[in-house]
Parts: sequence; structure tokens; C-alpha cells
Amino acid sequence: MNQQAEKPRMPDEVGVPDPFQYMHPVMKKNYGNWAWHDRPRAGVLRHVSKSGDEIFTVRAGTQRQMDLFTIRKLAEIGDRFADGHIRFTTRSNIEFMVADEAKVAPLVAALQEAGFPVGGTGASVSMISHTQGWLHCDIPGTDASGVVKGLMDMLHKEFVQEKMPNRLRITTSCCQINCGGQGDIAINVQYTKPPKINHDLVANVCERPAVVARCPVAAIRPAMVDGKPSLEVDEKKCVCCGACYPPCPPMQINGEDSTKIAIWVGGKHSNARSKPTFHKLAVANLPNNAPHWPEVKEAVGKIVAAYKQDAKHWERMGEWIERIGWKRFFDMTGLAFTKHHLDTWTGARKTMNMSAHVHF
Amino acid sequence: MKDGDPRDEKPVTGEGKHPTPHLDQLEDGPWPSFVTGLKRLRDEGAPNNQKMMNDLLGQLNHSYENKLGYWKGGTLSVFGYGGGIIPRFSEVADKFPESKEFHTLRVMPPAGFHYSTDLLRQMCDIWEKYGSGLIAFHGQSGDIMFQGCTSENVQPAFDELNKIGFDLGGAGPALRTAMSCVGHARCEQSCFDEVRAHRTIINTLLDEMHRPALPYKFKFKFSGCANDCVNAIHRADFAVIGTWRDDIKIDQQKVKEHIAEKGRKYTIDTVVNMCPTRAISLNDDDTLEIDNPSCVRCMHCINVMTKALSPGDDKGVSIMIGGKRALKIGDLMGIMVVPFMKLETDEDFEKLTEFGEQVVEFFADNALEHERIGETIDRIGLPAFLEALDIPPDPNMVNHPRTSCFVRTDDFDDEAAKWFERKAREAGLQISAE
Repeated sequence: MNQQAEKPRMPDEVGVPDPFQYMHPVMKKNYGNWAWHDRPRAGVLRHVSKSGDEIFTVRAGTQRQMDLFTIRKLAEIGDRFADGHIRFTTRSNIEFMVADEAKVAPLVAALQEAGFPVGGTGASVSMISHTQGWLHCDIPGTDASGVVKGLMDMLHKEFVQEKMPNRLRITTSCCQINCGGQGDIAINVQYTKPPKINHDLVANVCERPAVVARCPVAAIRPAMVDGKPSLEVDEKKCVCCGACYPPCPPMQINGEDSTKIAIWVGGKHSNARSKPTFHKLAVANLPNNAPHWPEVKEAVGKIVAAYKQDAKHWERMGEWIERIGWKRFFDMTGLAFTKHHLDTWTGARKTMNMSAHVHF
Repeated sequence: MKDGDPRDEKPVTGEGKHPTPHLDQLEDGPWPSFVTGLKRLRDEGAPNNQKMMNDLLGQLNHSYENKLGYWKGGTLSVFGYGGGIIPRFSEVADKFPESKEFHTLRVMPPAGFHYSTDLLRQMCDIWEKYGSGLIAFHGQSGDIMFQGCTSENVQPAFDELNKIGFDLGGAGPALRTAMSCVGHARCEQSCFDEVRAHRTIINTLLDEMHRPALPYKFKFKFSGCANDCVNAIHRADFAVIGTWRDDIKIDQQKVKEHIAEKGRKYTIDTVVNMCPTRAISLNDDDTLEIDNPSCVRCMHCINVMTKALSPGDDKGVSIMIGGKRALKIGDLMGIMVVPFMKLETDEDFEKLTEFGEQVVEFFADNALEHERIGETIDRIGLPAFLEALDIPPDPNMVNHPRTSCFVRTDDFDDEAAKWFERKAREAGLQISAE
């Protein structure tokens, strides 16, 4: 051990590994030469190359945070029922590729048998893109994997079939940094109270000018509190974003009265049809009622149901709302429209209706 | 590390297990349960995994009980590197000592997230020995997250992963791990070699990842087409999106087959009427007519008619700069800065890489501390950014020209002359090419 410490191993800075060594041979052979694809069933893709080769992909949901037993089970399924090559999607679904169509049905059956739902393709609700939460984050307002499990249990049916108007992408984030990202539905912690400051610790723990600089509304200033150098917050200005908490943990933003959940709708990454969009506030101040988040589930359920019932084929959430108008969105979902839905941030005016176009 | 293999330690016994009433509620239901996975590591894992997972489960349940997180960060790295490890020290280590250090190794996956089953097993074996047995495929930045490592085991775990060809990803104020879509490997809509672009740029700039010295994070993402499957426009400082300049390719026979199968009304409703620039019409003989100069390459019609329509042959990339989430000035999407760049030859890839290096260098030199490049551009204005990088302004960069009259235009004629010179040069190039 000591000898090792004296002669540390120099890292081999290999960078991004070459994927061709792990790629399915049919994909490697036809790299850049694909002609078209279709989806024989939910969860299964068929891609056909200009060479005539075909590759079938079976997509299944995972819990993302996977234990070794789960990963080894997936590897075993990959060896027994597929061709020993897998990949993951951006949303943590696993994909098994097979060259022989006859392998598809047994592979699907093996995955389902082992508890991995097959789906997530086309007009489905795919796996929720999420964050780390209480499991690993240093500033989380809530958990990620746990509440995602609850939501995906509820939406499981919409994962294994393609019966939504278009794909529905959900994200969750355990603070307003929003590592989960934009989504058709984004379920994010939204703090409702200014940070509670432990003035005994600020001077030793926080680099005060950096914390002052971090505040988006310039609500933090240096102050002497009880004879100690600390920071104070202008609570009238504070927008309760929590940005000061990561650089200064004594400015605790989390708490029963502060850590609430907001649901946002209509974010879209793709450029298909409409340009990419940011998600917009649907409802705020829902309780952080982990592990099941019943109030969140209820609101998400209403939004998903209204979208599914009313949107036209290929309309994403935001495009559907754009067509029917926000008034009808709030009517159909039964959610309240409040003064907090009116944007007040830079550029807010551009979010207002400056026309005579009105929905009734 | 203690002498011998950590997997030979004593297992956790029944009475030593923490009760987890909150987590126990997350085991039913049809979706795979991570709690069941963690418990399996606690009950059947290697003894070192068992101990760590028992206390980790205890702490997580404690979090559910009190609705608070109990991890704090710190500083930790491996020999030769300044980033890539996310240190986590427990604030409730007195109650849960075996998971008092639960660090994550961010490891860069193969471009496009391809794995062999053998590779997965090798990773599992390493993480069984040196870590907790918990791996996330993948984090939001695109890293494989090897979660749950003691401070002592970080170096040997990295050494083992490094020996099988894997390297640490980014963390802190540095170049971050990139992502690329499946692209050329399986998708006919892909317009450039994503693997090559991804690996070339990141591996060229690797020093910025391993030894953090930038004002703040900088992310590249590579999507083969405008469907943007890796969410580059929202999430990347530097988004590379595949596109093409010539006409969409139409197989009219396949168009007819599509209409025969799906119906004429359905095709009008879902293809013709959904074109964002009204560039498509359906002919009386059930063939499609596309006004290509009006097409914005949004991908919608190609998504619907995957057999009949496909991107053109003159492919390349668009580059958008400045995407990020809320902090500090609010959400930003990338701005179209390079509407088209050819990306086929070695020289094309060199040009892309050079441009990436220039943008990162500009960021390093000009951004304020903790400022993303999108915020820098907002602060200084797009014209200043373009001038610094010697990029001519282009109508594709805007939704519409400025509406505000508060601008000084006394050099307008000089600027207009540059535009006409450029147009003449481009026309000349086109003539000589023809």
C-alpha cells in the first residue's frame, strides 16, 4: 500500500471511449448507411439499411440507479436472448439490438418476465428524466428515484403502449436548478420561503462576495449579525430560488414550509413542427409529500388525461395548448390560473397577449 | 484499504439492518424499483456492498422521514486530475457510519452509449470490489455514475476503470462530459458522424475537463438532426445539430403507399397542415410537392413518413451557442451562430474542432466567474461575440431583425458593404464549384 502511494499510477487520459468496439456488428457495418425505420409494436424498432440489412431494437424501462444484480440480469438477458450488445437512451431506457427478427418476441418476453417494462417508443410516456435527490445530491429539496418510481407506476400503461397524441416527456428536479431539464411536464421543487440563515456558520463556511454575486435579484448583502460577519437577505426582494444555498449551506432553503412542488407544462426539445420551447407554470405550492406525492400525481394525472383526450395526433403538449389556448387548458385540467402565472422576470412582456386574440 | 479483498468481510446480519418503512412503500408496482435493488445489495451483495448499502438505506429512509438531504460536498480527486469525482460526506455519519463517504465517480461512456454485455460485467466486477454496487446509466450530463465509494477506494476504483479504457468526466468549472445521439449507428435521419465529432472535440479539449480552469461549466452536445434527441439546444453551451442544404428526398411511390395505408385526410392533417412553414402540399395524384427553399429542416414530415421522406444529400451541421437552465439570468436556449457547416472531410472536422476551441477560449477569456457563455453573450450582445469570433451576421441568427431603434448606425454603409462583398464571394465560389 505504501509503495503504491509513493508511485502513483499515471492516468491514461483516453477521453471519450471509442464505441465501435462495443457496437452491434450490424450497426457498425451499416454506420451512416440507414434507409428507413418503423415500429412493429410498442417498444420495438426496426431499422433497415440501404444494404438491406435489418436491426431490431427492443427498448425497456429501467430504474436508472441500478444495483449490480439488475445490471448483471440485463447482461444475461443480452447474452441469452439478444446478441450481446446494448445501449442506453438519453432517458435511461435500455435497448437490446438483434439482427434476427425471430429473436424479438423471446427477448420481449424475457424482459417482461424479469420485470422490465418494454415500451417507451413513439407516442408513449417514456421514462422520467430525473436527478439524484436525497440519494446523492448535496442540496436536494426532495427525492428523485423514489418519486419517479411512484409516477412511473402510475404511468406504466402509457409506457408500454403508444396511445398518446405524441411522445410525452416528463422530468423531475429536486431544486430550482432543474437538472432534470425541460419537459412536456416538468415536476420541480419550487421554494416558497427565503433561506433561513445560521449566522454562526456563515463567516467560516461561505465565501461571502461569491454568495452575494450568486443572487439573481441582488437581495443578499454582507452584514454584521451579533458581532459576527454574516449575510442578510432582503426578504421583500427574495424570489426564494435557492441559488445561495449551494455556495452557502448555512443559508438553508429547504424546510417543510418552503420546499413545495410546482408543475410546468409545454417544454419541448425537438425542433419538429414548432421551435423548441421552455415549460410554463401550471400549478405551484403542492406539498412535498414523498414517497408517493399523491397531490402531484393527481395534478399530473389530470394534465395527462386532458392532453390524451383532446390533443391531435402529433401535437406535443405545448403545441396542443397553443392551439386550444391557456384558458381552455386551465378549464380542462381544473387547475387555477393565478397572478403567479403572470411572468415578472426579464422579457416577461413578451409572454403577454398583445393582440385581440381571445379564447372563450 | 484494509488488507485483503474487501468482498471477504463479514456480511450484515438480520438485527443490524435499519428499518426502512418509507422506502418499503416503493417496492410494489410495475416499474422496476431501485429500493428493491438497494435491498438486494444489502441482503445478497458482497459483504462490503452489504454494509454500505445497509447504512445508505438507513440514511435515505431518514431523509424521507425528515424531508431533508444529508450529504455535503468536499474536495477529492484522483492522481493527475482536478475533477470528475463528486465527493459526498454524510452529515448523519454517527447514525450511518458505513456510508459516511459515498462519493460518485463520473465516468465518460462510449459515444452514443453503446456497451457490450461483457463490458457491463467488467464494470460491475470493479464496482462490486471498490464501490457500493450501485451504478446509474446515466446522469443528466451523460456520465456513467459509479455511486458510493469511500475516499480510500476512489483511486483504485478509477485505476481499474481506467485500465479497461474508461476516463473520468467533468465536474465543477470545466469542460463537461458530452452526449451524442445514436445517430449514424442506427438512425437514417442522422446528418453527420456524431461519434467522430463528439470524440474529436472532447478528446482535443480534454485538458479543460480534467484540470478545471474555466469560469464555469461548458457543455457540448451532438444531435444528428433537428429532433435533437440529446436535448442540445436547451442543455448545451455548444449544440451541434445535423441538417442539410439541398432538397428533402421524396420517394413518391412510398408517399402513395403511406396515403393508401393511412388515408388522405390523415396525411393532410398530420403532414401537410403541420408543416411549420406551409412548404408542403399534396397533389391530386397523391404525391407530395415540397417548396424546399421554404423548408426549415424541422424533421416533422420525415418523422411521420419515415419510408417516403429523408434528409437531403448535402449534409452538415448547425451550431447553436449558449443553452442553459435558470441560474442566473433565466433559461436560455442556444442561439443559431453557425447556420451551416459542412462536416464530411478531415478538414471539415478540423474546422469544427478549431471552432470549438475558439469558443471555449473566448469563454475562458471573457466570461465572469460563474457565468455561462449564454449569459456572457447576453451581457456583451451577440454582435460583440460574433466580432470576437470573426463570424459574419446572418439572417438565420434571428427570428426577426431588431425592433428597438436605440442603436447607433453611422457605420451602416460599411457593414452593408461587407454583406455585399460576402454575397459576391459566395456567388463566385458557387460559380467556380459549378
